[in-house]
Amino acid sequence: MENNHNKVLLETRRLKKYFPVPAGYLHAVDDVNLTINRGETLGIVGESGCGKSTLGRVILRLHQATSGDVIYDGMDINNFSDDEMRKMRQKMQIIFQDPYASLNPRMSIGQIIEEPLKLHKMYKTEAERKARVEELMELVGLPMRSYNQYPHEFDGGRRQRVVIARALAINPEFIVCDEPVSALDVSVQAQIINLLMDLQRKMGLTYMFISHDLSVVKHISTNIGVMYLGQLIEKAPKNDIFEKPLHPYTIALLSAIPSTNVLKKSKKIILKGEITSPINPKIGCRFATRCPFATEQCTKETPQLKEVAPNHLVACHRWQEVADGTLKYE
Amino acid sequence: MDNKVVLDVKNLHVHYITDDATAKAVNGIDFTVREGEALGLVGETGAGKTTTALSIMQLIPDPPGMIVDGEIYFEGNNVIYNTDKENQAMRGNGVAMIFQDPMTALNPIMTVGEQLSEIVITHDKVSKAEAKKRVIDLLEVVGVKSDRYDDFPHQFSGGQKQRVVIAMSLLCNPKLLIADEPTTALDVTIQAQVLDIINQLREKYKMAMILITHDLGVVAETCDNVAIMYAGQIVESGTVKDVYLNPKHPYTRGLFDSIPKLDSDATELIPIEGAISNAADLPTGCYFHPRCRYCKDICKNQQPPVRGTDHKFMCHFDLFSQQEGE
Repeated sequence: MENNHNKVLLETRRLKKYFPVPAGYLHAVDDVNLTINRGETLGIVGESGCGKSTLGRVILRLHQATSGDVIYDGMDINNFSDDEMRKMRQKMQIIFQDPYASLNPRMSIGQIIEEPLKLHKMYKTEAERKARVEELMELVGLPMRSYNQYPHEFDGGRRQRVVIARALAINPEFIVCDEPVSALDVSVQAQIINLLMDLQRKMGLTYMFISHDLSVVKHISTNIGVMYLGQLIEKAPKNDIFEKPLHPYTIALLSAIPSTNVLKKSKKIILKGEITSPINPKIGCRFATRCPFATEQCTKETPQLKEVAPNHLVACHRWQEVADGTLKYE
Repeated sequence: MDNKVVLDVKNLHVHYITDDATAKAVNGIDFTVREGEALGLVGETGAGKTTTALSIMQLIPDPPGMIVDGEIYFEGNNVIYNTDKENQAMRGNGVAMIFQDPMTALNPIMTVGEQLSEIVITHDKVSKAEAKKRVIDLLEVVGVKSDRYDDFPHQFSGGQKQRVVIAMSLLCNPKLLIADEPTTALDVTIQAQVLDIINQLREKYKMAMILITHDLGVVAETCDNVAIMYAGQIVESGTVKDVYLNPKHPYTRGLFDSIPKLDSDATELIPIEGAISNAADLPTGCYFHPRCRYCKDICKNQQPPVRGTDHKFMCHFDLFSQQEGE
């Protein structure tokens, strides 16, 4: 138990984030319990609107949670003051999806990477800061001549390298990567994925990697969590998610990924039914409207996330039947 | 097997000309699409996929865009010499296009029913009542309930909107459908639904299709043939099976090596170094040579020839033929 405590870097307990909308409350993150171990990558997958980005932001307190706890390294950061939080942010950083929107067009690359060092007063002299910036540029594979260039001179892949260098400047331990490669072309995407994995090995970083692209998530993650309409519905080591998924939504999601394998055509599961609204959702399983296996119990009782095999958590009333193979999509 | 050729593009060159520079977006591409065939046009941002599609539709923004050379035959007729009126007749009845973003393809202040009927009335000169009937029938085919005829676009979800846009493109029974990234803005489970509908409709109406995408998986599941574009050229083309099982161009190989595969546990992806060249400043010789790991002197100076007959590729060397046993 003692040992286990040391391993966990971040934990959320019953974390909720509701946004007020004219019709009531939009349940963007609803009762999410998860843990991330030191040095691992937790991949979060789900479709647009499932709350995966909001979850990342609530964890970093870029949004204040409606209720629930975020425990980082044993500290409940949800109740931290702004000052305390500013210190915490040296340890936690975020990389956003759009490298075009996240760089100030009027600052040079050198200034952009230097800014967090100034904000956190990490070096005394300008020369020391410059040396650190150059070190970071080398780390992420940016040529030194870029120091005085501006973001508009860069393509998406190189901009994302700048964003990564800036995030790493103050030696964080934990980085939320929110769709960091989705805006990039595949050939460049591979460069950035390799860079992120390489940096993790070198610096012992912990990632929460949010993406809708399941093949990217599988490549980079240790564990994978699947979200559906604000809730975490399944979480397991990556191979368990792909080899023996237990939630009917996970199964449908995996089958829908277009495969480049031209010899083995897999059958797609085409889901029917409408997606439930995340505004004032009713009690019951949120996937029930699209789930071919939904029973009366599913519409009356919200399934809780529980550990059904070592490290394999699922929130489904009928997981046992899925595991036994008695419930199958046609 | 040899169906009628619907579209024949020959040596197409398209430039965007401004005072400062000339961006060479499409640089001499040739391809044909036959009746009932689905061709996947694959490439990264800036490869010239959308410019190719817009050229066929005769919708290149002019200025600055200009078709500077080549021919585009649609059903034997070179559309480059079409008048505006002929173009209007061709769009809709002959060639229809689905754009990437369903949110911007619909008029937000007209009901879905109105904007779809308008198309039928304009192209086929039918009565309002008949147009409405046709629209409702087709909406049902794509899985949109008839009671949504009077709804506005913002009342639909992304997947539903894309279904409306698909119905819109099929209203006048086009011979050729150009789908420009039709599912890129959609989630995977919705993408599966939409591709399923497109496939069913293609079979039903024996329509030819050009599917533009950057997703090699989508092409594998939808298309018969594929053309890989790089810097405005088709660098490799052939049946999906030939190209996917035995890619012959270093760029195609690079693309496959850079995507993570679900059924393999490779620890390292092999990216293509560098980035695509600026279309206003293309390198000499082979356009891919600055990023090619097999680059030799000849590649820097001379444009490579097109090799092969059915499975074509554009390279000075046949790099990958020996290692395949078959």
